Amino acid sequence: MTGKPPFERVVSAHGSTVLRVCRAILGPADADDAWSETFLSALKAYPDLPADANVEAWLVTIAHRKAIDVTRAAARRAIPVAETPDTPTAVSGVAGGGGPAAAGVGLVADDDLADAITQLPAKQKQAVAYHYLAGLPYAEVAAILGGTAEAARRAAADGIARLRRSYPAAAGPPAAGPPGGAGPPAAGPPGGAGPPGGAGPPGGPGRTEGTGPSEGAGRTGGQAPGRAAARRAAPTTASP
Amino acid sequence: MNTDDTTVALAQAFPDDPGELSRLHARLAAAAHQDGVLDVAYRIIDSPVGPLLLAATEEGLMRVAYAREGHDAVLQTLADKVSPRILSAPGRLDTAARELDEYFAGRRHAFDLPLDWRLSAGFRRAVLGHLPEIGYGHTASYSAVAELAGNPKAVRAVGTACATNPLPVVVPCHRVVRADGSLGGYLGGPDAKRTLLTLEEAA
Repeated sequence: MTGKPPFERVVSAHGSTVLRVCRAILGPADADDAWSETFLSALKAYPDLPADANVEAWLVTIAHRKAIDVTRAAARRAIPVAETPDTPTAVSGVAGGGGPAAAGVGLVADDDLADAITQLPAKQKQAVAYHYLAGLPYAEVAAILGGTAEAARRAAADGIARLRRSYPAAAGPPAAGPPGGAGPPAAGPPGGAGPPGGAGPPGGPGRTEGTGPSEGAGRTGGQAPGRAAARRAAPTTASP
Repeated sequence: MNTDDTTVALAQAFPDDPGELSRLHARLAAAAHQDGVLDVAYRIIDSPVGPLLLAATEEGLMRVAYAREGHDAVLQTLADKVSPRILSAPGRLDTAARELDEYFAGRRHAFDLPLDWRLSAGFRRAVLGHLPEIGYGHTASYSAVAELAGNPKAVRAVGTACATNPLPVVVPCHRVVRADGSLGGYLGGPDAKRTLLTLEEAA
């Protein structure tokens, strides 16, 4: 009879994703502590985890709680934290090549984008991190955050919209319309404004139906983040 | 907007950091050990008989496995039989690794390690317990070992005990050979058995 894999396999399969989530939620200074607490706590509980459990969702749930603990502990210590000024640099210029590759290349080790994510309002940041970084469907994100899958989807979309205003290249191609998003939500790469809703990168807009971020097919509640964000981009201003 | 682009762009804001992950892994292993929840620690060492998996509980060395046994399969078996709380954690195996190094260098003739015998029971366990009585550089026949274990007729059971020895090399089942002087089987393969016996003769 073969049961659960050795915990070492859990660490090697999910360690980097959980670290990403911790960094997004807490920033680099506290992420290590949250990661360590998460995996230590997971190791303790591992023998009791049902064999068919979604290990990644389980780990993100633990990381969510540990991040809250770390945040509270930091607040109790009341050590002033240096705020990164909310002045985005010209990331869009770096990543201006358009297309999926270029959208990524310009963002490698982009601390400003990382900071911007970390400084999103909590719910938005959590929804963005758990959906986009951990790849959880919105139903799972909602199970962690409380509330409905729709609310989780909206929080993630608001977060992406906010990021996109500061970092056009960060969260996909920039909106072609004037600020406020009156234009087609997802025009093509910079310099290549295409037909409404059209010229995204290859394979882009055409497959926004029902896919999760990376391996989403078949997920429960797998709303298309692209479509969701696009829909939100028009009416909302997502002001704080 | 393209979902995958967003996922990629966001992920790349937090690039992979292998050095940081391995540092965190070591910190996890240390904390798990300290909290008493590292049920099985393991490491893999190089040796003249190929890579050897060493696995230990808090009680002691529990498993030595040859590559031909499949280290992943062995770890899965440990997860099933002992506990899935298993981490690569070299520290707990430092002494075992050092003594094995000394053994393979010909400088050590007997092991002085706490052993966890939980993977062996009954008559097999009794047989294995007698194997260290066969001195370094010597061999004994299966029937002689059966006699040592107090059951001269159980020659076949001695063979089974050796074939399922969870602690090869350290518990010297390689010193058990056929009565006609031929090597007989070995869970590490005949070449490994020959290598070990040659090493012991030379030292």
